[in-house]
Amino acid sequence: MSEKTQIVIEPERYELRAAAPYRFDLDRRNFFKFLGAGVLVVSILKPVAIAQESGGRRRERGEALPKEIDAWLHIGQDGKVTVYTGKVEIGQNIRTSLSQAVAEELHVPMEKIELVMGDTQLTPFDMGTFGSRTTPTMNLQLRKVAAAARETLIGLAAAQWKTDRQRLTAADGKIIDSANNHSIEYAALTKGQQITQDVSFDPALIPAADWKVAGRSAPKVDIRAFVTGGHRYPSDQTLPGMLYGKVLRPAAFNATLTSLDTQKAEQMGVTVVHDGNFIGVAAPTSELATAAVEAMKAEWKSDPQPSNKDLFGYLRKNTEEGTDPTGDGDRFDQGSVDQALASADHKLQQTYTVQYIAHVPLEPRAALAKWDGDHLTVWTGTQRPFGVRGQLAEAFHLPEDHVRVFMPDMGSGYGGKHTGETAIEAARLARAAKRPVKVNWTREEEFTWAYFRPAGVIDVTSGVRNDGTITAWEFHNYNSGSAGIRTYYEVPNQKIAFHPVRTPLRQGSYRALAATANHFARESHMDELAHAVKMDSLEFRFKNLKNDRLRAVFEAAAKQFGWGKSKTPGQGFGMGGGYEKLGNVATFAEVKVDRSSGDVQVVRLVTAFECGAIVNPDGLHNQLEGSNVQGLGGALFEAIQFDNGKILNPRLSQYRVPRFSDLPAIEVVLLDRKDIPSVGAGECPLIGVAPAIANAIFDATGVRLRALPLVPDGLKVT
Amino acid sequence: MATIRLAINGKRYSVDTDPQTSLLTVLREKLDLTGSKYGCGEGQCGACTVIIDGKSQRSCVTRVGSVAGKKITTIEGIASGDHLHPVQEAFLEEGAMQCAYCTSGMIMSAVALLQKNPNPDRAAIIDYMDGNVCRCGTYPRIITAIQKAATAMSRSATMKGTGR
Repeated sequence: MSEKTQIVIEPERYELRAAAPYRFDLDRRNFFKFLGAGVLVVSILKPVAIAQESGGRRRERGEALPKEIDAWLHIGQDGKVTVYTGKVEIGQNIRTSLSQAVAEELHVPMEKIELVMGDTQLTPFDMGTFGSRTTPTMNLQLRKVAAAARETLIGLAAAQWKTDRQRLTAADGKIIDSANNHSIEYAALTKGQQITQDVSFDPALIPAADWKVAGRSAPKVDIRAFVTGGHRYPSDQTLPGMLYGKVLRPAAFNATLTSLDTQKAEQMGVTVVHDGNFIGVAAPTSELATAAVEAMKAEWKSDPQPSNKDLFGYLRKNTEEGTDPTGDGDRFDQGSVDQALASADHKLQQTYTVQYIAHVPLEPRAALAKWDGDHLTVWTGTQRPFGVRGQLAEAFHLPEDHVRVFMPDMGSGYGGKHTGETAIEAARLARAAKRPVKVNWTREEEFTWAYFRPAGVIDVTSGVRNDGTITAWEFHNYNSGSAGIRTYYEVPNQKIAFHPVRTPLRQGSYRALAATANHFARESHMDELAHAVKMDSLEFRFKNLKNDRLRAVFEAAAKQFGWGKSKTPGQGFGMGGGYEKLGNVATFAEVKVDRSSGDVQVVRLVTAFECGAIVNPDGLHNQLEGSNVQGLGGALFEAIQFDNGKILNPRLSQYRVPRFSDLPAIEVVLLDRKDIPSVGAGECPLIGVAPAIANAIFDATGVRLRALPLVPDGLKVT
Repeated sequence: MATIRLAINGKRYSVDTDPQTSLLTVLREKLDLTGSKYGCGEGQCGACTVIIDGKSQRSCVTRVGSVAGKKITTIEGIASGDHLHPVQEAFLEEGAMQCAYCTSGMIMSAVALLQKNPNPDRAAIIDYMDGNVCRCGTYPRIITAIQKAATAMSRSATMKGTGR
């Protein structure tokens, strides 16, 4: 893998499957009038970046490229800086890191900056907040916008003072001519006019090594509102006269309604809507809405559907080769795997599996919808406000400019909120009730009617020489996805393929996507190969790994962990790592296994991570800790149980998520590469956790676990 | 339907509702106190935690009829004006959150813990807080924040005790 191959982040198929054609539809000239006097700087994406942000050649047929503008910034006459971006804040803390980027380049204090995010009427089109794209793209764009604003202001001051702009500098919201002891506030420079500047040039950016605001820890913007309960999440939104909506759910997935009796519900003083497959209620209280839905008598029929028991056989048998919606097959062939296997000293063939898991965002889906004639406004929690706008326009046959979607900073998503189910439900009920309607999903609805991280089967066949050189690598992933499917180890003969499957459950994006499954399989298999040739796991990896950045994180984590130290009985050490979404990670795990009870305890996780120049060290540290905890759940015990179109564990009392008592000691090592552009950190740090734990369990017990979750009911040592 | 009298954050309310309705629903829908969050509806995640007569309770599984007249404190009621509660201050200083949807419940549980045990060790914190879920996984920071708050509160109690 060279640096060059790292530049483009491939959008993941499951993120794009939900995509629909969206257009930026504002009349720019009219739109900017509302901003009033001041300096306006508009960021224009270059064609390459446009292709990346829209999914490049992977975009769905008929999907229009978004227009070229991706952000803008306005400096008002009061000195307030307002930045407009379609990205959204879901806990990953980009409201803070993006503000830091602007503060850095524009030389204004953080508190003067406000970000307007994810409002389809006010912000430029954005495909969505996913794929760890905010830092490598939007952060860079906003730095350019802010730098261009700074240069424009210097130009204005130079003209006003009739002086050479080279003599002028920007600092603390002012342009300064130190030779003449002149200074002027940004806000005073525009003299009541609106001055517009395109970022069509490449303004000089401040190198990371010289950063003063970016590169340092900054507290979460608006943090006080979060510790006082004052912040209004999507589910907290209200409007005068608002009703509560509730939807009648089918008895099983893919079920058809055979009979419906709403008579009793209709006598309860609520609005009942039955429109095709949609049956719902709007009522003055949520309790009445729920009672009215429960009073309905509905019968459904559905065909038999698969369950966990036959899941992996089902996935192998139901491939949809050639029907890949994105058009290219995620295949990679190099050399001859067959010949290399024939001459290998050791051959190994193993299968790894992952179950469906749920995102469990603590705030379930919520939306509040209001109609004004044929104009629709919706407040909802989503990672794709423009995507939801498109879904609403489609559902209600409206032009997109009749639909406005707001996204108040929400209670997390992890890739699980790309779609607009509650928005559509609330809007349909509001249209019937002629009042604003809010729909808050219950936890059970969120577990059942959202979507899951795809389950998958991965077959790996490999060949290795006695000296530890891997010569053959064949890797087939059924259904779980193609993110992180390629190996970063140097293998001359490779065959890698992703096989899409007719999925038994609704599936979609999830933090780190298939990279977790693919790294689990690859890094487990690497350990198995090291064992086969009797080499140390780290030494074996390094023998086959040239990538310097990846070697660096393995080295850093090994050093912090104390790799090579001696063990006590029941103790086990293991590692896993890789790269994803331009970041590099290695996680080392220490486990303790009680051989009599089979209980596995993850004692310690050490993760080294490198994502280029660090923008907010404390924010990054926080993401790393969280990634380790979330990765732990999927590694050890999270799994969706389903049978015949029903989810069997759709409650927090039945679906186990990591809690305080599951917490291992977590140590984070951050490698700050100021010479490398900053990239995202919300996803990559998850991917080493599962293989590190699996490898540590093997080290402790000699038992090789090849299925995620690893120990849902404790380890059975046979 | 009945008229239920409630004492929340030092204020008196009277609410017309079914006594079987959950306290969380009343707080959020009738009183617009939306700091307490819905996360699971079965007392499993702690996002709805409030303090009733000094004890932390899950308001989503608490019938409003059962708490009439009792002293109820929600996240909106623990600061004194602009002066944050030491636990809020510690969460703020530690940045002990990501999306922060769990934060209200975490803070309320921590406040109740420190009322009961002003100087909990790590194991006692983990044990008490285990019913509160942070899906973003900020547990390490929350533990540190609670430890910091405990230190700050005992220092301020000592100062009061010595008359300083």
